[in-house]
Amino acid sequence: MASSVPRMVGRRLLAALPSIVAVVVVTFLLTRALPGDPAAFFAGPAATPEAVEAIRHSLGLDRPLPVQFASYVAGLARGDFGTSLTTGQPVGAEILQRLPASVELTLAGLVLALLIAVPLGVAAATRPGSWIDHGARVVSTAGVSLPVFFTGLLATYVFYYLLGWAPAPMGRLDLFATAPPTVTGFYLIDSLLARDLEAFRSAFAQLVLPALTLGLFAVAPIARMTRASMLGVLSSDFIRTARASGLSSGKVLFAYALRNALLPVVTTMGMVFSFLLGANVLVEKVFAWPGIGSYAIESLIASDYAPVQGFILTMAILYVLLNLLIDVLYGLIDPRVRIDA
Amino acid sequence: MTGTPLLDIDGLSLSFRTRTGTVKALEAVTLSLAKGETLGVVGESGSGKSVLSFAVMGISDPAATVTAGRVLFEGQDLLTASSKDLNALRGAEMAMIFQNPRVALNPIRPVGRQIEDVLLRHAGLTRAEARERAVEMLRRVRIPDPQRRANAYPFEMSGGMCQRVMIALALACSPKLLIADEPTTGLDVTTQAAIMDLVDDLAKETQMATILITHDLGLAAQHCDRIAVMHAGHVVEVAPTAELFAAPRHPYTARLIATTPRPGVTLDALEPIPGMLPDLRGTLPPCRYAARCGRREPVCDGGALAAHLAAPAHSVLCARPL
Repeated sequence: MASSVPRMVGRRLLAALPSIVAVVVVTFLLTRALPGDPAAFFAGPAATPEAVEAIRHSLGLDRPLPVQFASYVAGLARGDFGTSLTTGQPVGAEILQRLPASVELTLAGLVLALLIAVPLGVAAATRPGSWIDHGARVVSTAGVSLPVFFTGLLATYVFYYLLGWAPAPMGRLDLFATAPPTVTGFYLIDSLLARDLEAFRSAFAQLVLPALTLGLFAVAPIARMTRASMLGVLSSDFIRTARASGLSSGKVLFAYALRNALLPVVTTMGMVFSFLLGANVLVEKVFAWPGIGSYAIESLIASDYAPVQGFILTMAILYVLLNLLIDVLYGLIDPRVRIDA
Repeated sequence: MTGTPLLDIDGLSLSFRTRTGTVKALEAVTLSLAKGETLGVVGESGSGKSVLSFAVMGISDPAATVTAGRVLFEGQDLLTASSKDLNALRGAEMAMIFQNPRVALNPIRPVGRQIEDVLLRHAGLTRAEARERAVEMLRRVRIPDPQRRANAYPFEMSGGMCQRVMIALALACSPKLLIADEPTTGLDVTTQAAIMDLVDDLAKETQMATILITHDLGLAAQHCDRIAVMHAGHVVEVAPTAELFAAPRHPYTARLIATTPRPGVTLDALEPIPGMLPDLRGTLPPCRYAARCGRREPVCDGGALAAHLAAPAHSVLCARPL
């Protein structure tokens, strides 16, 4: 049984290859189909048509599409994602440098969402039709119907401008803090590793509002799923057995019901995480978060192909890895799936 | 029966609130059970057998309300007991095994752990002792290689094995009362017999009283000292097993016996009971069997009906008993 997990991981990675190839092809074509001309953009408004042509040629954009594609793929094979026209830096290095910021934010949002949504869902399921059930419904509906840029702005307005509880929405650290030495790229972890409590406090304070904004968006699906799944499990036969055995209500609720009810929630989490990766783009913009989302938006506006392609490819790979992680996690919780692995 | 009964159900009425009205699932159910005795509760699906057992265990559906009656277990009223007291009794003094053993066990917890949970809750053992007792229980229900099987999950076992685990779980704390709710439904015939023999043996060993709930009159006849027949939420007849079969007094019991396959009777000769259980919503006639009964007379639709003794230890709920 123990050897089946690496085998499954290998098989799943292999099975993900076609999707990655499709992502490469589609993003390449889509970026080419986007309106806007990078050569004209970089030449500037005052450039002569000849100058634009010259830039186009130097960028290789005058070559036929298949040739461009071939050189793009050849670059990818060497691990070269191309070079950003805006910054002049290699895309791969820039994404790697910005990725931890996005992942830290997304994970923080997801953890916050879980901390809110799972207890909410359990409370709603144990008392269906009560005020707490209706309250949970209102909170989660509000969370999912308000767009993240709006909740982000609202949160900034209330907690920074009106109340002054939160720091200015200006990235991962306040102006006076210095970034901890990079180990994982997650400031919360790196600052603790460096025993720099000042940096930790600053990073934490900066993270709260964007993570909350992101998390609020994820509360609804997780809470609804927890409630539905918990309701199903609580009415199942084995819960009746547990109650007939006189097990304490806490034991029945958590050790028996919740562990079973979490199985579909784990599956939902994979989906929610990918929503969050998408929602991230807007939240990063609102909070000036130096992640890959804001990088992608800026590049998109500049018709800078390489970073956009690099961003989408990174997202696709993250998504594949994430779903793999979820499946492995699922297998660890549920003994029944180990057999098929 | 001698001395105070172990379990005394007295005039128990229970109804369910549903969207389409109140379902009077049990009415004035009166039954008692002596220590070490085996009582069969038989009846068609929907006659209230399981509802009765869930009410005794205090695990009724939230929509159920007890409208009258008492359930005394060793003199303690279970219906008014606090949930703390009830939890201390359940699993320790009284236990239950269910139909569909495969879904009655937690699918993602090793079976040994589930038995340990009950032992840790009631028996005041350490984890290691509970572990040992759990394996010992699995051995007692004749599960081969119990040490290894304790780590198995329910999906890795057959239905019969799961029911053995259920029995081990129920009997782990040596309860005085076991309620077996259709324990052999869904198992093949040889497994059925093995499971029932196991329950019988363990009950005799520990002087445990058993309520066997079944729709199978033959099964009840084989294993029970007394049999209570239920119909549409009423207990229509209670009698010692031999007497019930030799001289049934309620027309429904007689029909039920006539529908039970036995040697020398072909399937064609078995007569189905006409009609269906009445709708238990709204107002019901005093005799809920009257509409299906061949012996109905105006007196049947008269005043309230009360169970009376047709013979010593033989009660019947009928205005015109056989």
